[in-house]
Amino acid sequence: MSVTWDFMERDRRSHPPAYTPDYKTTVARSPRQPLLSVETSLSELTGPTFGHHDLGPLDHDLLRNHAVDGDPIGERIIVHGRVTDQSGRPVPGTLVEVWQANAGGRYRHVNDRYLAPIDPNFGGCGRALTDGDGYYRFRTVKPGAYPFRNYANSWRMAHIHFSIFGAGFAQRLITQMYFEGDPLRSQDPIAQTIPDAAALDRLMAPLDLGASLPLDCLAYRFDIVLRGRRQTFFENRPEGA
Amino acid sequence: MPLPYPIETPSQTAGPFLHIGLLPDVAGHDRHPAVLGRAVAGPAATGPWIEIVGRVTDGTGAPVRDMLVEVWQADAAGIYNHPADPRVADVSPDFTGFGRTHTAFADGSFGIKTIKPGRVPARSGTLQAPHLSLWLAARGVNIGLATRLYFDDEAEANASDPILNTIEAEARRETLLARSEGDGRYRFDIRLQGDNETVFLDV
Ligand SMILES: [Fe+3]
Repeated sequence: MSVTWDFMERDRRSHPPAYTPDYKTTVARSPRQPLLSVETSLSELTGPTFGHHDLGPLDHDLLRNHAVDGDPIGERIIVHGRVTDQSGRPVPGTLVEVWQANAGGRYRHVNDRYLAPIDPNFGGCGRALTDGDGYYRFRTVKPGAYPFRNYANSWRMAHIHFSIFGAGFAQRLITQMYFEGDPLRSQDPIAQTIPDAAALDRLMAPLDLGASLPLDCLAYRFDIVLRGRRQTFFENRPEGA
Repeated sequence: MPLPYPIETPSQTAGPFLHIGLLPDVAGHDRHPAVLGRAVAGPAATGPWIEIVGRVTDGTGAPVRDMLVEVWQADAAGIYNHPADPRVADVSPDFTGFGRTHTAFADGSFGIKTIKPGRVPARSGTLQAPHLSLWLAARGVNIGLATRLYFDDEAEANASDPILNTIEAEARRETLLARSEGDGRYRFDIRLQGDNETVFLDV
């Protein structure tokens, strides 16, 4: 009864700190006490698993999964990539969930009051499971930029929210994908919570003409790296067993 | 120079509209398949059933009305429904161990009906006290917050739990204890900042 692998320690320098006052909402929502470092146990090495029975056939296709009487308005795009860990190994069979605004920058959400219109044919919710190589793929429209209440003239650059589970609960990650070359990058207070420009570069999905469909869809490539796993020697054996 | 590894993809806030992707019915969607994680366990799972209620507040004491609350836990016998648990073949029927809910738009409260978990092994070979792993995300939270929920009526197990024992200040340890209110009901309030700030974990 032993588990022979463990997660690498999370390197928090590549992540935004909790307290980033230029993104004002963090001021009252950031813990001020240091995080308690704990050794990983079965509780962190395990995590929820999902299968194809959990997903609908159109879950990965945001062009179709909320369509009522036609296609959504906007630039048709493919967003695809691989989920790997820091050791370079693919993370197969993991759930990737996405949500986004429509082409006008409006979310289909009861609390979004932005004046851009709802698109009757666009929901903005997608899900996919990675295949055996860690590969996932969505079809959607490019989301619009939108304003938000931070400074009087704060805007979010175009983005798609991503939620990834990984192989264990300690790999759980929520992030956002941006688009290569977005002129709002330097003005976006949420993107700028990431202190290291090279780390933010990792969220700027490059245009992928090779994967684009001629006369149909441009493609963007977004590869995701989760915490690494390593071999370990610990014996997970209750006393007396 | 240390050997380089690829960096982990940086975290970003889930934003105020996380429900669209994670709890689409809460966002007002009616054209999507079933919400994932709505129940930690089904009716055929081995009990005891409990209910956890609580509220999330920020550093000003205001309710946090847009928070994702995820739960991961073992079954009543302390077995995870996951291939890395050596005892997974014996996991309770009708039990996933994963639950997902959100704090109410009105008052920042949340509730979870689940099975009280059993004890799972610690790394040293001892047993951990019964606990739920929680993971929280929201607007204004730049990277997901991990914590644990223990039970105040498990004093003996709690006294030997490796994580609870790592917390030096008694008052801070208390922030991880759900209070029994009788009839299988427990209260667990979460404070993101300030007085009685919940202990968050670097797991
Ligand atoms: Fe957003």
